[in-house]
Amino acid sequence: MIESRGLRRVYKTRKEEVEAVRGVDFTVATGEIVGFLGPNGAGKTTTLRMLTTLLEPTGGEATVAGSDLRLDPVGVRRRIGYVAQGGSTDPEARAGEEIVDHARMYGIAVPAARRNGEALFAQLDLEGLWARQCKTLSGGQRRRLDIAMGLVHEPRLVFLDEPSTGLDPQSRANLWEHIRRLRDELDTTVFLTTHYMDEADLLCDRILVIDDGSIVARGTPEELKRNVAGDSVVLTFEHPESTGAVAMMASRLEGVSPPVVDGSEVRFQVPDGASALPVLLRALVERDLDATGVRVQRPTLDDVFLTMTGRSLRDEPDVSGSTNRAA
Amino acid sequence: MRFLIDTWLVFSRAMRLSLRNPVWVILGLIQPILYLTLFGPLLEPIASAPGFPPGDAWLVFVPGLLVQLGMFGAAFVGFGLIAEWRAGVVERMRVTPASRGALLIGRVLRDVVVLVVQGAILIGAAQLFGLEAPLGSLLTGLAIVALLGAAFSALSYGAALKLKSEDAFAPLLNGLIVPVLLLSGILLPMTLAPRWLRTLADFNPLTHVVDGVRAVFRGEMAGGESLIGIAVTVALVALGLVYGARVFRRESA
Repeated sequence: MIESRGLRRVYKTRKEEVEAVRGVDFTVATGEIVGFLGPNGAGKTTTLRMLTTLLEPTGGEATVAGSDLRLDPVGVRRRIGYVAQGGSTDPEARAGEEIVDHARMYGIAVPAARRNGEALFAQLDLEGLWARQCKTLSGGQRRRLDIAMGLVHEPRLVFLDEPSTGLDPQSRANLWEHIRRLRDELDTTVFLTTHYMDEADLLCDRILVIDDGSIVARGTPEELKRNVAGDSVVLTFEHPESTGAVAMMASRLEGVSPPVVDGSEVRFQVPDGASALPVLLRALVERDLDATGVRVQRPTLDDVFLTMTGRSLRDEPDVSGSTNRAA
Repeated sequence: MRFLIDTWLVFSRAMRLSLRNPVWVILGLIQPILYLTLFGPLLEPIASAPGFPPGDAWLVFVPGLLVQLGMFGAAFVGFGLIAEWRAGVVERMRVTPASRGALLIGRVLRDVVVLVVQGAILIGAAQLFGLEAPLGSLLTGLAIVALLGAAFSALSYGAALKLKSEDAFAPLLNGLIVPVLLLSGILLPMTLAPRWLRTLADFNPLTHVVDGVRAVFRGEMAGGESLIGIAVTVALVALGLVYGARVFRRESA
């Protein structure tokens, strides 16, 4: 559905050239939900704007929904839906008019446009808002309206730029549900950007981790977490004096990180905590070293990002509200 | 065909939004009416001064007001486009297969329709004050205003989309419009001006448009001044549309 080969983009400012996207290669298959995960300014939106024909690539090429990005941009536009992060509707316009007008720009006749629009309003909890001016809608309603607009012409491929930014947890969960349904019921391919790890983790089939204009890791959320960081294990004991022996035994586990003793706690990382722990616990019991508490933590995508880039995604201040469209 | 349908879509959407909030349309009309009532009477005694062009005060003044309406009314439309761009409307339309030219021309046509209505009301009001000109002249004058409006509207949209900021767009407008206005003889005819000022004004295309509309109002439809005025207006329209369409087509807009 998408095939990007060396896509890159250089911005020229008065003083210098900034390479926002440094040649990215990836493919997205039909029916996949693929997420572009990275901090703000990593090049996610720039890549998305190139793939949606809004920005001409400085180099490289791509095939999107069967059309060549450079040779047939109109063909690309016909088949894709795009939901930008900054909204898409005029505050003064009425919600229903906006969606019908938008559908008509794809050559859809008014009755069909209205039908599609009303069906999407029903699916996205926008019922009863057809005649409302967009400025009177809540933030979540406007966001869902943006998404309805991007879907009204039933595209085979949808680009969502930070789809859940500004939504409350309930709306986010609903939105994910809807995105999954798009894929499951209509076989729509979804390509989204996000700087939320939970969104990438829970929603996406596959993730491309992007940082500073380059893809630094790719795979399913499970693969990424398994390959990059192990599970963290924390064992707690009644008496601090047991910990030394425990640390010694734990350090013999396969692929383990050097155990850290902290008071009555022993902490270490193993590739697969679920299979390593029973072995260790049995050996401990044989030596009368009974753990009073056991905690296993699966790695998060933040651990992945930290390992790949040396920085944490969580450190990024959330500036999505003031995102520069040109970037 | 596709282009015409897209243009109609963009036009009807823009028109619907304008009609929903007609405050700006009405405010745009008040200004020339104020000039007509508060400035026009001052001209009547000057009309007999040496150097004043042929025709009575209203035949000189009303064409100037019409040109001013065409220019001012259209030059500010860019502000609306910056607001639309900020709301994401422009980008949302640019990912559809709709023609880029249609995105511009649909909006320009909305502005032209608004200007023609305003111009017609202005002419009607001027007749109450004592403007006397043949109907054909009035209609031709209105057509020139429509073209002038199209030119300035397209230029305004192009500049607005390029700058994308009210803070940059407002000084640009002020910096351009005041000299263009002063050097066009819109308020007082340039025939009253000293030689250097008149020479300077000759470089301003608006001077020729104003002179042209004045000649048309005097009934010299096929005269040199009229034809030059019309030719300059058409050239401005071409310039505006080419520039505006280029900005709308550019990828980073």
